[in-house]
Amino acid sequence: MSIKKISKEQPEKFEFNSKNLDLAKKIIDNYPEGKQQSAVMALLYIAQSQNNNWIPLIAMKYIAKFLKIPYIQVYEVATFYSMYNLSPVGKYFIQVCTTTPCMIRGAYNLVEICKRKISEKEKNLSENKICSWTEVECLGACINAPMMQINDDYYEDLNEEKTEKIIDKILNGETPKPGSYKGRKNSEPENNRKTLLGVKNA
Amino acid sequence: MLRDEDRIFQNLYNDSGIDIESSKKRGDWLNSKEIISKGKDWIINEIKSSELRGRGGAGFPTGLKWSFAPKEVGSRPHYLVINADESEPGTCKDRDLLRFEPHKLIEGCLIASYAISAHICYIYIRGEYINEGKILQNAINEAYENKLLGKNASDTGWDLDIYIHYGAGAYICGEETALLESIEGKKGQPRLKPPFPALVGLYGCPTIVNNVETIAVVPTILKKGSKWFSSIGRPKNTGTKIFCISGNVNNPCNVEEEMGIPLKELIEKHAGGVVGGWDNLKAVIPGGSSMPLLPKKICETIKMDFDSLVEEKSGLGTAGIVVINKDQDIIKCMARIAKFYKHESCGQCTPCREGTGWMWRMLERMSIGEASREEVEMLMDVTKQIEGHTICAFGEGAAWPVQGLLRHFKKEIIKKNNFNPLIKTNKKIPYLVDQHLLEK
Repeated sequence: MSIKKISKEQPEKFEFNSKNLDLAKKIIDNYPEGKQQSAVMALLYIAQSQNNNWIPLIAMKYIAKFLKIPYIQVYEVATFYSMYNLSPVGKYFIQVCTTTPCMIRGAYNLVEICKRKISEKEKNLSENKICSWTEVECLGACINAPMMQINDDYYEDLNEEKTEKIIDKILNGETPKPGSYKGRKNSEPENNRKTLLGVKNA
Repeated sequence: MLRDEDRIFQNLYNDSGIDIESSKKRGDWLNSKEIISKGKDWIINEIKSSELRGRGGAGFPTGLKWSFAPKEVGSRPHYLVINADESEPGTCKDRDLLRFEPHKLIEGCLIASYAISAHICYIYIRGEYINEGKILQNAINEAYENKLLGKNASDTGWDLDIYIHYGAGAYICGEETALLESIEGKKGQPRLKPPFPALVGLYGCPTIVNNVETIAVVPTILKKGSKWFSSIGRPKNTGTKIFCISGNVNNPCNVEEEMGIPLKELIEKHAGGVVGGWDNLKAVIPGGSSMPLLPKKICETIKMDFDSLVEEKSGLGTAGIVVINKDQDIIKCMARIAKFYKHESCGQCTPCREGTGWMWRMLERMSIGEASREEVEMLMDVTKQIEGHTICAFGEGAAWPVQGLLRHFKKEIIKKNNFNPLIKTNKKIPYLVDQHLLEK
């Protein structure tokens, strides 16, 4: 279980904007009548994206009222799952996978770069306040190791030099191109592919 | 090597496009109406005789699982739930199916839903796969537009709606009952079984939970026939499987191969060999991090299917192969896996919640040579205390890799950690103290 720090500075007010309100209602319709609690995870995501990538306590209360469920049921979900940020993160949120398949291909070198370039401690903001990083468990792209996720996108097949370039770009406020940084196509073997060659050459 | 025409996932590397037109060219959606018109019993029997086993890790026969759903729909509706919460370290096959073969999955959902009498299907995708989820949603929308889903889906007279539900970064939600809890909007903590989800599942209704790969192979099996599928591989371990080869290999990749292919062939032929040559191989984790590792000696000859690996006290799991060469510290690698399990334990059962942390801390100390000789035995004892004493299989998943390490590399650990505990010479020290914290 991960321990989550809840931000000491909390905003006073929160409500969905009109676009998100429609989205939330549409999501509730995905579930049977009376089972609106199922939508709590999706609604927390909406709140997170509306509030600069983190969820304040007032948003949990708002969602509880919105779904007509007790506040604690929203709170326990928000604290259980690791993807809900309960304190502010950078506009660019970097997650470096360091589980064994990535580790043996050098993921900790990426962590060192993050420490050097962004902030000494994980989850702290960079000097220019736009970026933060954290170590995470397996992101499910083991054959593209080492890799990291920046906001929604995966950056794969990295090495130290390429990671430095990506982070430099981000610190300048640019969004680098996601995908493999070895120039290979998706999950095919980098060289000497043996299968489905007919489809490839078609 | 499997012939290319026998590979189910022709678009595994996205050579020919994801949209519905290209999918149809590969044979998706061509005769779904015809298949469904043959009836539920025919479908279930065909899957049974193909001997398809679940691709999510446990290897339970899929046809049998489907037959557990009640034959008649009573007052409670039936549900089909697709488990796309792929987070087992070493595994990344479902991601490519969601990205590049979404229509195979959706067609499979229609057939499976019909077979188990479900009108609603939820696909539970891990939260990190945002882009994969978007591609899948796009494919679902395409299917609706072409009247392949919705009311009277594909003109079969069967109604089906498919919804995507995103997880939020909890490995435990890959366990089927935790996944159902999560869809219900609760913490992902596994339920006690029985009752099994086939009778009491999502919202208390009969529910069948299947892995992405399992469902995505179903349409092809029914189109080409169960005989074709069961002729690949060997009895009880039939068909093809996507292997994810990661770690210290020259060309890490996903590849679809027949069950029972020798591990050495997979690594040498498809993944370009071990970094530093085959002799530089230390160990291989054959089926995702939960499965005990195999030392080089076994890797020479082992065949990759469910039963062969069980004979070597390991398992096929999700077929996520992690290759570890001699440049790595094997104890450190396992310590990192133990940390993963410590982080992902849901906290419901004490042996797992506390034990995973113990294992991690002991292994971390062992990796730097700060454990005492007796602790090696103690670590084995801890794994035995976790295994079989938890609600779900997470306990086993956490304990087995450590047991595998102790089974094959015990000498190495003892060589590194062989000082006598201080307690023997200094009786004043309380027994339950972390030995490494004391001044030597």
